[in-house]
Amino acid sequence: MDNAENLIALLVAAPLLGAVVLLLGGRRLDRTGHWVGTALAGASFVVAVVLFTEMLGRPGDDRTLYQHLFSWIPVGGFQADVAFQLDQLSMTFVLLITGVGSLIHLYSVGYMEHDERRRRFFGYLNLFLAAMLLLVLADNYLLLYVGWEGVGLASYLLIGFWQHKPSAATAAKKAFLVNRVGDMGLSLAIMVMFTTFGTFAFGPVLDSTGSASEGTLTALGLLLLLAACGKSAQVPLQSWLGDAMEGPTPVSALIHAATMVTAGVYLITRSGAIFDAAPAAQLAVVTVGAVTLLFGAIVGCAKDDIKKALAGSTMSQIGYMILAAGLGPVGYAFAIMHLVTHGFFKAGLFLGAGSVMHGMNDEVDMRRYGGLRRYMPITFVTFGLGYLAIIGFPGLSGFFSKDKIIEAAFAKGGTEGWILGGAALLGAAITAFYMTRVMLMTFFGEKRWQPDAKGELPHPHESPRTMTAPMIVLAFGSVFAGGLLSWHESFVKWLEPVTGFDHGHAPLGAAAITTATVAAMVLGVALAYLQYGRRPVPATPPRGSLLTRAARRDLLQDDLNHVVLVRGGEHLTRSLVYVDHSLVDGVVNGTAASFGGLSGRLRKLQNGYARTYAVTMFGGAAVLIAATLLMRAV
Amino acid sequence: MSTTAVHSLWITAAQPLDKIQAPHIEYAQLAPMIIVFGAAILGVLVEVLVPRRSRHHTQMFLAVVALTAAFAAVLGLAAGGYGTTRAGIAAMGAIAVDGPALFLQGTILLAALVSVFTFAERRLDPSADGRRVDSFAAQAASVPGSDSEKAAVKAGFTTTEVFPLALFAVAGMLVFPAANDLLTLFIALEVFSLPLYLLCALARRKRLMSQEAAVKYFLLGAFSSAFFLFGIALVYGYAGSVAYARIADVVDGTVQTIDPALAATMGNDALLLIGGAMLLMGLLFKVGAVPFHMWTPDVYQGAPTPVTGFMAAATKVAAFGALLRLLYVVLPGLSWDWRPVMWAIAIVTMLGGAIVAITQTDIKRLLAYSSIAHAGFILAGVIAATPEGISSVLFYLLAYSFVTIGAFAVVTLVRDAGGEATHLSKWAGLGRRSPLVAAVFAVFLLAFAGIPLTSGFSGKFAVFRAAAEGGAGTLVVIGVISSAIAAFFYIRVIVLMFFSEPRPEGPTVAVPSPLTMTTIAVGVAVTLVLGVAPQYFLDLAGQASVFVR
Repeated sequence: MDNAENLIALLVAAPLLGAVVLLLGGRRLDRTGHWVGTALAGASFVVAVVLFTEMLGRPGDDRTLYQHLFSWIPVGGFQADVAFQLDQLSMTFVLLITGVGSLIHLYSVGYMEHDERRRRFFGYLNLFLAAMLLLVLADNYLLLYVGWEGVGLASYLLIGFWQHKPSAATAAKKAFLVNRVGDMGLSLAIMVMFTTFGTFAFGPVLDSTGSASEGTLTALGLLLLLAACGKSAQVPLQSWLGDAMEGPTPVSALIHAATMVTAGVYLITRSGAIFDAAPAAQLAVVTVGAVTLLFGAIVGCAKDDIKKALAGSTMSQIGYMILAAGLGPVGYAFAIMHLVTHGFFKAGLFLGAGSVMHGMNDEVDMRRYGGLRRYMPITFVTFGLGYLAIIGFPGLSGFFSKDKIIEAAFAKGGTEGWILGGAALLGAAITAFYMTRVMLMTFFGEKRWQPDAKGELPHPHESPRTMTAPMIVLAFGSVFAGGLLSWHESFVKWLEPVTGFDHGHAPLGAAAITTATVAAMVLGVALAYLQYGRRPVPATPPRGSLLTRAARRDLLQDDLNHVVLVRGGEHLTRSLVYVDHSLVDGVVNGTAASFGGLSGRLRKLQNGYARTYAVTMFGGAAVLIAATLLMRAV
Repeated sequence: MSTTAVHSLWITAAQPLDKIQAPHIEYAQLAPMIIVFGAAILGVLVEVLVPRRSRHHTQMFLAVVALTAAFAAVLGLAAGGYGTTRAGIAAMGAIAVDGPALFLQGTILLAALVSVFTFAERRLDPSADGRRVDSFAAQAASVPGSDSEKAAVKAGFTTTEVFPLALFAVAGMLVFPAANDLLTLFIALEVFSLPLYLLCALARRKRLMSQEAAVKYFLLGAFSSAFFLFGIALVYGYAGSVAYARIADVVDGTVQTIDPALAATMGNDALLLIGGAMLLMGLLFKVGAVPFHMWTPDVYQGAPTPVTGFMAAATKVAAFGALLRLLYVVLPGLSWDWRPVMWAIAIVTMLGGAIVAITQTDIKRLLAYSSIAHAGFILAGVIAATPEGISSVLFYLLAYSFVTIGAFAVVTLVRDAGGEATHLSKWAGLGRRSPLVAAVFAVFLLAFAGIPLTSGFSGKFAVFRAAAEGGAGTLVVIGVISSAIAAFFYIRVIVLMFFSEPRPEGPTVAVPSPLTMTTIAVGVAVTLVLGVAPQYFLDLAGQASVFVR
């Protein structure tokens, strides 16, 4: 195929068309809308596969495709292009987004069956797909920003989809606000980029990092990191992700686990050249990654809400990716590889959680589950495979990608290497702990079912086929994706032309690190088994240690935000309001009042008499003629 | 009279005449104008020959077909290269067929086409005695409130003459920016003005106000025409010709032969300057620039709203086209004289329109003052005196036409018992009751305010850029300040529509027929397309920006 690049726009166009049709189509689409949305997501996936095979047929360094759609008002040096760039990195994302996206569309057909606003839900999902694809396909930062804001909007709409619940509306607002902080970072970064390089296209910016001072690059790197923290729920902007679980479960799976929250990893990997040239910014990235991977894991241990436990886990796993991306060429490929495998197993885990909730009258408290493995065998098996994958059970997906990241962290060298590697290793142990806890509390042990609000005891049952089929497909991914991608380092070689690759020098042998990882995992599983497998799980949570109580409150993040930002912000706004009232309003209102007064007076000239109008015209003509003559005379 | 004199007259009369040269007319190149004129005359015949019942449909059909055909002719000419390489003068020097002329004619025809849909709308007014009626008086000649009017309403009369009148106006507007000598220009001016005066008087509701508007428009229009004509006379006295090219040559001093009859006055700069200023005044009156703007609010408010939309868009396009040709073809040698004066006019127009609009309480008057402010913005592009200036003005006019027609079309929908509810207080909370209509109107208001991703931004950006590059930086700063002032009252309407409590006795939004819906949809579509992807049209305007001389 000679003109494969012309297909790129189709990737975005298909879900965009779906969003437009479903959101504007009105009620007549209520009965078929969900299939329209699913079909268009699937169409986008088919196009992605076609492009992928086309790309495989080319030599490694000639795989990038470009498509230029149009320029939006070129002015001097300001060139805002709507143009796409599809290289190996984008391709990976496109396959993940459209593939997992299509599966989750299918799952939602069953999950949202009884929701009367299902058509709108699919419209938003399609809108999300279009924006996310735009984000990863853009060939410049400005267009990426459009996609970035687009996924933010879709995320807001979907978290608050059940807007009749005040908690959902609040969560949506919180996600939106926290994301604004990160978005501010991205917009500032784009402005700095434009003033420094005179452009914001990937190619020219990333090729000319040598021409900018290290200070500028560090600033750019930190701003981009701020953006990534917001979108990917990294410390200190992590607080929104847990609340975002108020959204329907397919949304949590697609947006808040598999795709959108990984946009930060994409941004950092894409901007690799900037970070490589700014060691201080890189250090900030690995610090954020390491802190978040522990933070998320600890929070995950204390949550009784199955989705919130998984959300903590997502935060932690993305921390691994950010950590890897901060390591430079040693880690980029592994960050993306973990992102892909995580996309499979975390989406699978969420869909499994959704399936459990579906069968348990929308109960989310794991203390009220127990013994479900016999009632939901397919969910149990697929969830179990996802579980084995995430804890890094040897041979499954998570094992390959996480092990590589831990290796790369040690390979950073020096004290830093030991700290980062140690944190990653500790994280692996905690991951095994909290995931085993989830597994045991949900599928094993006593039945601790409680009647729901209407007083009915749940009758757990296996979910319909539209829901189980995607779970099975994702389970296959959880099992095999990691092995496939690391077979002869195929994924690293695939990404190398874009991200570069470097083996680094680990202070320990690879075998030693792998052994340590497996040992940490076994330790975590064993501890969890001792606490939750051997002993009955109390239906009401015990008081717990100080750390547990703090972790239940998301390690006090909201309290911290409240004290520092809300209180501080209130003081700031109060003083600003004072200045605003006394000074700014004075000037503004004064100006407005003077214009208003002027307007009122000028208005009186318009008195409705044709004679006055004629005299005005006559006077105007006289002045016009006099002025023209005067100009000549001067 | 003496016998000898009579004799000599007889002798002269008896002598054989020289053979009269038949004028050479390029019919193909004049096709757009000829089609519309022909259709207008046919429209008059329709009034005579077709029974009353089917007149409305016949007239509408005729108008739509004629405007479409004329637009196709414009496209054909443009495709044939008449806008660029084969641009030339036609009809014995009377008409220029070049890029700006074709672009503006195309814009006028499209604007007229969507306007005609609103003219033909018959679903908004509650039907009179079971018959659907449009926005125009049942019988124009009957005195408002008289028995004859009531009888006419009862009989279900409608003034279908509006269609041929509109077509005559369109034909005049097509000639106006293409006119290549001052007399043709004047005739075109009168040809499009007279039907407009009449159309203004034809409102079905609030007829007294409508008639007052028409009389004012007529009186002041005649007044400005007198100035214009006097200006033509003075310029003729200066140059010995009314042809643009000849005047330009005399201004440049490249003409050798001097007409002996005019030897005394020719080349007298005072004649040129005074005459030129008067010509400018005539055109500035039509575009509604301060201080020749005072008719605008009264006429926009009084005229039937479909006519207001048509007039606000198409007249402005035609008049700015003529103004561009006058300044760029006839008077470029005088740019040191006219530019400072035009600077001043642009400034007072931008500021005046924006400031007075702040305190308006009637939506139609508000839009009238807004149109004055926009005339000022376009003048900023005119002043640039560069090809970019021309292309930016062409683009602005295209963008502005559709926003304006769309906005006035929305105004026709919001009604209460007395017809259109134009008082702003009645629009409070419209967004709650009719979100779609309010959202569409908000799009138009944002475009007027020049918010990015609407055509208003692209257009304003283009003219300000051209002005800045043409050395008028100060003007741009004042333009941006005026835009900020103007944004206040546009946004205020949006706030009123979406964030105020609806009034219990507020107006209802009438559901229009597909005709008005088409007009509004086209307006929104053009507004968004020109805002999101303006480059193609900017390029088109750029290609069309060379005047033939």
